[in-house]
Amino acid sequence: MKLASPHLLGIEPLDPEEIKLILDTAEGFSDIATREIKKVPTLRGKTVVNFFVEPSTRTRSSFELAEKRLSADSLNFSTSTSSLVKGETLLDTLRNLEAMSPDFIVIRHSEAGAPHFLARHGRTPIVNAGDGAHEHPTQALLDAFTIRRRKERIAGLKVAIVGDILHSRVARSNVCLLTKMGAEVVLCGPPTLLPRGAECLGARVTFRMDEAIEGADVVMMLRIQRERMQGGFFPTLREYASFYGLDAQRLKRAARDAIVMHPGPINRGVEIMGDVADGEASVILDQVRSGVAVRMAVLYLLAGGEREAAAQER
Amino acid sequence: MKLLLKNARVVDPAAGVDGAYDVLVEDGRIARLASRIEASDAKTLDLTGLCVCPGFIDMHVHLREPGQEWKETIATGTRAAAAGGFTGVACMPNTQPPIDSRSVVEFVLAQARQHGAVPVYPIGCVSKGQNGVELAEMGDMAIAGARGFSDDGKPVASAGLMRRALEYSRIFDLPVIDHCEEPTLVAGGVVHEGEVATRLGLPGWPGVAEDVMVSRDILLAEYTGGAIHIAHMSTGRSAELVRRAKDAGVRVSCEVTPHHFALTDEAVAGYDTHAKMNPPLREESDRQALLAAIADGTVDAIASDHAPHNADEKCVEFSRAPFGIVGLETAVSLSLDRLVHGGVIGLARLVELLASGPAAALRLKKGSLRVGDDADITILDLDRRVVVKPSAFESKSVNTPFGGWILRGGPVMTIVGGRIVHDAR
Repeated sequence: MKLASPHLLGIEPLDPEEIKLILDTAEGFSDIATREIKKVPTLRGKTVVNFFVEPSTRTRSSFELAEKRLSADSLNFSTSTSSLVKGETLLDTLRNLEAMSPDFIVIRHSEAGAPHFLARHGRTPIVNAGDGAHEHPTQALLDAFTIRRRKERIAGLKVAIVGDILHSRVARSNVCLLTKMGAEVVLCGPPTLLPRGAECLGARVTFRMDEAIEGADVVMMLRIQRERMQGGFFPTLREYASFYGLDAQRLKRAARDAIVMHPGPINRGVEIMGDVADGEASVILDQVRSGVAVRMAVLYLLAGGEREAAAQER
Repeated sequence: MKLLLKNARVVDPAAGVDGAYDVLVEDGRIARLASRIEASDAKTLDLTGLCVCPGFIDMHVHLREPGQEWKETIATGTRAAAAGGFTGVACMPNTQPPIDSRSVVEFVLAQARQHGAVPVYPIGCVSKGQNGVELAEMGDMAIAGARGFSDDGKPVASAGLMRRALEYSRIFDLPVIDHCEEPTLVAGGVVHEGEVATRLGLPGWPGVAEDVMVSRDILLAEYTGGAIHIAHMSTGRSAELVRRAKDAGVRVSCEVTPHHFALTDEAVAGYDTHAKMNPPLREESDRQALLAAIADGTVDAIASDHAPHNADEKCVEFSRAPFGIVGLETAVSLSLDRLVHGGVIGLARLVELLASGPAAALRLKKGSLRVGDDADITILDLDRRVVVKPSAFESKSVNTPFGGWILRGGPVMTIVGGRIVHDAR
């Protein structure tokens, strides 16, 4: 089986079989990190441009590592060094990048729809590494991978996603993926940070945290950005933490074997307390670990690979 | 110079006329209207199967001159108007410099006289430099020929300034035209705040931001006795507010654009920047409410909000693209197809919305074909098959979401002061 689209623009266009294909393929790549030689020749001779128009450390590093472990050549093209600050349009930047014949462009951009723009106007396969408040598909895939490893399934799980839903691409991609795979998702945050008509995403919505995490198998906390306070979305971080911060006491409402996730970087003492972040339920570092394998799987499949072949290359 | 229009259906609701007539034009005015006219010395046009209507006026157009001539000029914009069946356009003052003084009004009128295919009715700024603080010299602009006042492109955010503008405009009996948007509720929004925005992760521009402003403007018009005109009304709730205000005798009028009655925010899916406009495309319930308001008389005018932008400016990330689409060359066909053939209204009502309605809102002695009136005439073919082809537009810009649409009905000839300025028969 192969992916239908040459691009990974979001979770929304994927069907459940494709999601399963990516997760299964990532299983095949996940033990490379434990080997003596952490490299396979799969994408030898391929060039991947990591085009980051918004600052990012972990996603870019994770993609870069995935590319290197697949033996691809990577080029990092980020906003501070790019000509976008000199007034060049995204279309012209795309044309310049394509003139150097890359095989993939991985894009992170502050504006929703930027990867779709590249896919429409260019001829290179595009991987969305986060676009505005729209989607962050590889994050949702690595989250699903992590959940599946811990829970051995996704269907039927109760997942609470808590925090700034309005501005979160992680929440959108996760709701989309988890509901497609049969999980039951609850979105929770202050009403000021819940998008209008959030139910249309396919999740239940509440602004009471205790209700959201009651019996949850997975509690996914989102990073709260300090700028939101100036934007008037909530009065103070202190008050936010008291209503929507996850501490050990509150976590007792979740299922006994619940796992706690966070896309990082975490704000200790704000959305997540140290005892939970470092506690047994936390799988935050597993998520980071899964990220490399999932991104290897995505690049491999977009390059035209199939799962059986991936298994052989191991 | 005489012109005889024969065998057409004449539709002039302001004069209570709808039937088969001949029309004789002499010296730029309507000389006779009768069931059969012979005039051997007149240039005679056989208009069998076509409709003769009082000239259409688009009361909300951005001609971009002075200052943004790469998008549009008075020459190209008025040619687009003529091709689109309009015998006059009101141009909004958000030019560079803005039309906020007598000299800029005079510049626009001089350019229009020299290069314009149809007359231009300038709208002057409410505030100096559109700064939203001090009143512009409205009286001086009115004397020079301004037909109304607006800070369009922006709302008049200050209630105090709007109050003064409505009071002061009473001296000249001209309307204040407001782009109704409460800025603190919009704050960076680029699409209608609703399910589509939520799915696409784009910042929302909620309908209530318009409703709050419409409601404020109505209250201030009632209090001051000034005339308020609501530009490009886009929500069902605003339509309801205007309907109730009219019933209560407030001097309020409003316009609706073809894109707001033909499209919804679903057109934004795929991040098409040609579906990005201000106010944004709303949801289906709003669209239905606008159609009802068009049918029941709440709406006074259909206006295109013709907003030309260069193709490169629109070919960027969605959030960074400028708001607006061109509309002069699609407005009449969209109206005929969606409203008349769509069964929302009859042709006579559409002529009101395109001719006598905007004429009344701008206090122009236009919009009818009575003997002695200016011979500004729009001729329609109700069944013409129109394929929207942006590359064939007279406008300098092609930013439209309607490219490739096939529409029923369109303008075929435009006559201004007895002179044929466009003929596509």
